[in-house]
Amino acid sequence: MALDNTKSTGFTHVGTTPDRPDGVDKVTGRARFGADITAPGMLHAAIVRSPHAHARIKRIDTSKAEALAGVKGVVTRADFATGLTGENWNILENVMAGDTALYDGHAVAAVAATSSLIARDAAKLVVVEYEPLPHVTDVDKAMAADAPVIREGAADTSVPKGLHPNVVRYHESGHGDVEAGFAEADLVVEDHFKTEATHQGYIEPHACLGTLGGDGKGELWCCTQGHWNVQKICAALLGLETANLRVTASEIGGGFGGKTAVFIEPVALALARKTNKPVKLVMPRADVFKATGPTASTSMDIKIGMKKDGTITAAQGTFRLQGGAFPGAPCEFTAMCAFAPYALKNVRQVGYDVMSNRPKQAAYRAPGSPMAAFAVESVIDELCNRLDLDPIETRLKNASKKGTKASFGPTFDRIGLVETLEAAKAHPHYCAPLKPGQGRGISCGFWFNHGGETAVSLALSEDGTAQLAVGTPDIGGSRASMALMAAEELGIPYENIRVTIADTATLGYNEVSHGSRVTYASGLATIQAARDAVKKLCGRAAAKWGIPEDAVKWENGCAVPSGPNAGDFDPLPIAEITKRMGATGGPIVGHFEATPEGAGVSFATHIVDAEVDPETGKTSVVRYTVVQDAGKAIHPTYVEGQFQGGAAQGIGWALNEEYIYGEDGRLQNALFLDYRIPVASDLPMIDTVIVEVPNPGHPYGVRGVGETSICPPLAAIANAVSAAAGVRLRQLPMSPPRILEALEQQRNG
Amino acid sequence: MQYHTPASFEDAAAIAAQADGVTRFLAGGTDVLVQLRADIVTPDTLIDIKGITGTRDIARNPDGSWQIGIAVSGAEMTEHPALGRDWPGVVEATDLIGSTQVQGRCTMVGNLCNGSPAADAVPAMVAAGITVTVTGPDGTRDVAVEDIPTGPGKTSLAKGELISAVHIPARGDHGGDAYLRFIPRTEMDIAVVGAAVNLRLEGDTITEARVSLGAVAPTVLLVQEAADAIIGTTLDDAALAALAQAARDACKPIDDKRGTIKFRTHVVGVLAQRAAKIAYERAQKAGK
Repeated sequence: MALDNTKSTGFTHVGTTPDRPDGVDKVTGRARFGADITAPGMLHAAIVRSPHAHARIKRIDTSKAEALAGVKGVVTRADFATGLTGENWNILENVMAGDTALYDGHAVAAVAATSSLIARDAAKLVVVEYEPLPHVTDVDKAMAADAPVIREGAADTSVPKGLHPNVVRYHESGHGDVEAGFAEADLVVEDHFKTEATHQGYIEPHACLGTLGGDGKGELWCCTQGHWNVQKICAALLGLETANLRVTASEIGGGFGGKTAVFIEPVALALARKTNKPVKLVMPRADVFKATGPTASTSMDIKIGMKKDGTITAAQGTFRLQGGAFPGAPCEFTAMCAFAPYALKNVRQVGYDVMSNRPKQAAYRAPGSPMAAFAVESVIDELCNRLDLDPIETRLKNASKKGTKASFGPTFDRIGLVETLEAAKAHPHYCAPLKPGQGRGISCGFWFNHGGETAVSLALSEDGTAQLAVGTPDIGGSRASMALMAAEELGIPYENIRVTIADTATLGYNEVSHGSRVTYASGLATIQAARDAVKKLCGRAAAKWGIPEDAVKWENGCAVPSGPNAGDFDPLPIAEITKRMGATGGPIVGHFEATPEGAGVSFATHIVDAEVDPETGKTSVVRYTVVQDAGKAIHPTYVEGQFQGGAAQGIGWALNEEYIYGEDGRLQNALFLDYRIPVASDLPMIDTVIVEVPNPGHPYGVRGVGETSICPPLAAIANAVSAAAGVRLRQLPMSPPRILEALEQQRNG
Repeated sequence: MQYHTPASFEDAAAIAAQADGVTRFLAGGTDVLVQLRADIVTPDTLIDIKGITGTRDIARNPDGSWQIGIAVSGAEMTEHPALGRDWPGVVEATDLIGSTQVQGRCTMVGNLCNGSPAADAVPAMVAAGITVTVTGPDGTRDVAVEDIPTGPGKTSLAKGELISAVHIPARGDHGGDAYLRFIPRTEMDIAVVGAAVNLRLEGDTITEARVSLGAVAPTVLLVQEAADAIIGTTLDDAALAALAQAARDACKPIDDKRGTIKFRTHVVGVLAQRAAKIAYERAQKAGK
């Protein structure tokens, strides 16, 4: 559904900033999150987890746990479906270990009891006999010849012969002749970079409540970014028919990609089936860190050649991603995003997906892209420094634009990278003076954005208000955006539209809220569903007036004759039509189902000022500006919220967040005390500039904004810190000990 | 688990003396409850002492010294202007602990008895020369703060003993104290390194000093060599360099997830210097 030129300007509702429909619920505590759901007679569950990084499970003795008063059931792998293949098998293996525990925190059994305290005590009584195996948690070590093999035969056909069995997927793309390009360069910089795994850090732990009877029918309430996906996976893992499991998404206290995956829901359902009782399962925070998806850690090599005038002659990157004990680290996204901002004649990128004894990685906001930007944009910064070039001018000189053959293959349609760079250049931040000890960093970032399967229904009420049912959990204020778009089409007040996240029994399949797709795809579907309803409203007016349907049009919430020839009738307001719906043909419902494929890619440019204390290595981010292309900002303050949220998470990732593993392969910081996400006082006010270069693939021009905002921060902050410290930082997080170490190495030459 | 609310410290000591298994005293609860929830320590006997009369009181004695109740929170200390004027370092250190919510509950005594070498209040208490009254089955005794912790999570308190009062010396003339900690963030964190300095001036010259270091050894340290490095000086560059060196020489840190030996050893010198400068400035401004 292409950009609608009649509707892409002159908006009434779109572009305004009303309060979110769920705001009062959330500030008064009425909103129900995952752990707020209860059922009569429900049991509480606890999961038994491996303390070993890698161990054969020789025996599980549940008898003592089962004998404890109040315990109603224990499940192990034997209580799940057999014969699964592909990703379903991987998910089951992660949800409940088979014959081997693959990481510290891997689930091996679960208990249901009449209280959560009894369940926790019972979990300690489950005796698991392990035979520890050699382990590896570092990506480079996991690829080395002597690394223990996580699982033989896990690699797919993309992997070239001769690589370690832990390398399970391989990606290669690009065009031109990079060697010829490097030969043309006046300066070639080649460097190695590493980033640690970080967690999405959502405040709400995973939580669910499941029922499942002997008849194979069940219900599940859970906090998720996509309940149809939960339904499909749980049905497979428990051997159910999909339609017999109804899944309802709760309010969600943060997801950032981490709640697109399934971890505890099949366990609650298996316990419910075994006990014939509703079972509630809430993950403790330490389990969230140990057993739900962090992002991949990386090891990267970048080589870029540049002429003295700033023209990039060739670029090459090797990206090794560790994604835990299963295939799936987004090496292809890292490789494909790495050089996307630049129009390059010669470019080559290679990605490796590597398994290790860590939790199965999950999507985290633009999966794979932020790390690529860190490495690539650091090298571009270094080239600009050494060639004495302005970092924004240099990026402008090489920027991708409409018609550019992207580094990953396709040709870009209309995109807004140049506009973000121009806006950054014009922003007062870019020329503001720096104090001693401060440095400024620039970075661009790219994300694909996504469409995906989408179904929406819009039912009109007898008073002319509207009930909009969407299937994409609201993770960023999307209900407000949907209501604004529906209001725009229907010509009724924003407050007259109630937006609900419908359960799986109510709408067709909706892909999860990921890929920055919701405002784009559910928004597009909302517009189309509203137009479908409007068509039906016009039909009722036409029938009343006795004129053809196409002689009626919709204006400001009323049916009106489409022109003087159509007849002379007073405008017929929506409520006049809906009041008589029952007698004039029945309920009026607009709906739309499709897989929209016109998600416009999105670019951003960030400017960061950082100050480094040379005596302690501590960094303060003192000023931050996000400039990003939103295509069309439906609700500008929530767009700004996405921009700021990406920058805030990027600051944590760049400076302090990391998974720390001991020699024993166990995670050492599975609590927020030692897994340091930024607190409010760590952040400056994050300034935002919304650039609007309409997406040709959306009726209003919307581009997703949720993910691109986390692509530039790692690099922009690293460039600022490197400038402030006077030494290049090539490893994340740039924690104080690492910065002091780098300063000392530089002093010692 | 048995939960008790004794009306006196003597009763509390008697309950503790007769209890089997693991006993914990509860005042602010900001360590006990967290450890309970995290499955680290599940007490068999929990003795809630915050209801004992006087435990929430801050009192200034006629000689200028202070008695602080064992359940007084960091936030309450901050809100007591005269205490903050006398001992800003002690007050700031105690009110640095945890988050705003924690600061409304956490106490100096809890911080001390938790036995963490990284406890924020403790270096400031040691530098200030604070003593505590220990009540036990056999009566009471007064103990210097630095003699309470004996190792990570361990104290010199015997079975049945608990701290019943905190005594801060009179500030006296021209004195100042300060505590600084290093954390990777700006708040809600645990000290990677801590340093407290308490000193007195005559004119511009330091005549008395106590320097205490946190998170760089199994217990909080009182470092005489570091104090000696600045006593008799005007805190000039040479004195500051000697202070940093003495602090670095005294510390015996470990490598862990929060910091390396090398990092802690370097930063302890930096923080000792910075804390000394603040204490010096405060002493200069302090009146008679």
